[in-house]
Amino acid sequence: MLAFPQGSRYQLNGDSFSGGRRRGPRPRKAPLVAFHPYTEEHELFRKQVRAFAEKELAPHAEEWERDELFPNWVFKRAGELGILGAHYPESAGGSGGDNWFSIAKSEELVKCGSAGVTMGLLVQSDMATPCIAELGTKDQIAEFLEPALRGEKIAALGVSEPGAGSDVAGLRTTARVDGDDYVINGSKTYITNGTRADFVTLLCKTDPDAGHHGISILLVPTNAKGFSVSKKLSKMGNWASDTAELFFDNVRVPKRNLLGQEGMGFIYLMQNFQSERLVGSSSAIAGAFLALDRSLDWGRERMAFGKPLIKREVWQHKLAELYTKCEAAKALVYKSADAFNHDRYVTQGDVSFETTKLIAMSKLFVGDVASEVADQVVQFHGGMGYLEELWVSRYFRDQRLFRIGGGTSEVMKYMIAKLSGW
Amino acid sequence: MKILVPVKRVADPDNANKVKVSADGARVTSEGLEWKLNPFDEYAVEAALRLNENGASGEKLGEVIIVSLGPDEVQTTIRQPLAMGADRGIHVKADDAELDSTVVAKVLAALVAQEKPDLVLMGKQAVDGDSNTAGQVLAELLGWPMATFAMAIETADGGKTLTIGREVDTGVLTLKVTPPAVVTVDLRIVAPGSVRNGVTPDAHKYGEGARYASLKGIMAAKKKAIDVRTLADLGVTDGAVVTYTKFERPPARTGSVRFVESAQELVQRLKTEAKVL
Repeated sequence: MLAFPQGSRYQLNGDSFSGGRRRGPRPRKAPLVAFHPYTEEHELFRKQVRAFAEKELAPHAEEWERDELFPNWVFKRAGELGILGAHYPESAGGSGGDNWFSIAKSEELVKCGSAGVTMGLLVQSDMATPCIAELGTKDQIAEFLEPALRGEKIAALGVSEPGAGSDVAGLRTTARVDGDDYVINGSKTYITNGTRADFVTLLCKTDPDAGHHGISILLVPTNAKGFSVSKKLSKMGNWASDTAELFFDNVRVPKRNLLGQEGMGFIYLMQNFQSERLVGSSSAIAGAFLALDRSLDWGRERMAFGKPLIKREVWQHKLAELYTKCEAAKALVYKSADAFNHDRYVTQGDVSFETTKLIAMSKLFVGDVASEVADQVVQFHGGMGYLEELWVSRYFRDQRLFRIGGGTSEVMKYMIAKLSGW
Repeated sequence: MKILVPVKRVADPDNANKVKVSADGARVTSEGLEWKLNPFDEYAVEAALRLNENGASGEKLGEVIIVSLGPDEVQTTIRQPLAMGADRGIHVKADDAELDSTVVAKVLAALVAQEKPDLVLMGKQAVDGDSNTAGQVLAELLGWPMATFAMAIETADGGKTLTIGREVDTGVLTLKVTPPAVVTVDLRIVAPGSVRNGVTPDAHKYGEGARYASLKGIMAAKKKAIDVRTLADLGVTDGAVVTYTKFERPPARTGSVRFVESAQELVQRLKTEAKVL
């Protein structure tokens, strides 16, 4: 379990939520949310992430979209600023913050204006690495996690295969024991950061006959002999992020690179997925809010039949609906985030089934709301919304991934049904 | 050196469309605004940190003390410079309504008498009121030398003398100042090579702009002391000399952008329609 030297600042007091050991002055006004998870440190951190996104990343967004790759220094700089390891314990190379640091970060990173950059960074901090902090040996943490949180080693998560996605039991990639090594054969696809990763947190079958119980996670350095990037994939959106197909041809890694226990990979992955889906949801809904806010600026200036667009009742009603849906989605995400933080950082246990269900609901609902927002902001911008000159068409393409990546909406529904016992 | 850096919280200019005037016109309301550190003060903090460190090794050469006046919430404003690397803070409790540049300067003069800094380094002005007077009044009250609009600060003798480049209309005016002194800074003080302290190697490259607070810095700032004082503690009881009689919003913009065919037409329209010529 996560070992937290200072415990969490966010705890349950009786039946109400409170900020725990709050330092500094209380705000005079009651916060707008029923519970307020953010302390002064979270707010200061949030501002720094925003400044990083707006000043250091956003000016390059167009260029990196064209290049179909953002440069490696972005990882390094995010590591220096403590953005990647904010919510990791100090013993794992992090800063010892709770999970609300991660939520705040995911909300502010979208201000870089490039979903590909946000995704690349979130894979590094919340998708390919949480299980190493959870299960890793001292050596594994020193070799893989700490440099990843410093932004010095780039991480990728290897789950999907040409023939298996969320149905991970159908994996074909195998690792068989040979002396002191595992020998890996197979391929992985749709791998974010895949063309330049320094290591892959790889899901593979160590016992092909054992179904779910034959799956393990290995940490695979990409400089190992037999590893290759077989293809850089072209995508509908998220162009600034590289996505690859990886090929493993008798790749040898020492047995000490096994994460946790053999055969437990499926369980580990289900835990690891929760941070991925949660942070994806908080980021996606923040992106939807940003798209609406930016659209308002347009609507104030754009005249239609003698009035600004924003003064047209049909658009006022539409925007009112969309903002309402976004607030509802955010409330659901925050409920999930609260449950996740409680499970992992307060009681320091596994993510519960109830929390897993809430996170699946969040991802499902945010996906639908964000897609509706994306469709409507294109409509709101009219012809301009269809041009590449503006951010709008890019947002439309980029957000579409969210109903697919990290488990499709259909998989989320399957999980909600299953976890509900139907 | 011991450097005192006064900072002010201002409404985030990015939220400017939320600034509202109260119904009676007596004040600008601050409800719903997001606050941030006045940018020029943030640059002063950065300049103070650069003066007081070996930028290459991170070694500290002196103390940087942050001061802010206002209600309890300004402690949040003080935490940011502490997270950037300043050593400690002083919060002088006051209502925003009872402050003007003169009260601020008197408070700072009283704190200077207690703290005896070598240098007061501050932003040239706050971006809300744009008064550009607090630094000047403070220098007058202290009888100290003053350099405003600094865009470069250099010392080769540990701060016994400072060479200050001031940005003026005709170029850069260079002054030699013997501390203790008041220096107010302009935007370009945070260019990579603007501050030279004789210790940080010339080859060391600072980034453009003020540094960010890393999360480690933010966590460390929690443990740094902020002393709380009141105006009365510091013997400043006279009240503000500036009073505001009325605020009103500029008239709403009417019409939209129109293109004209020629310079003649532009002049004609500026005369007859806009009536500004």
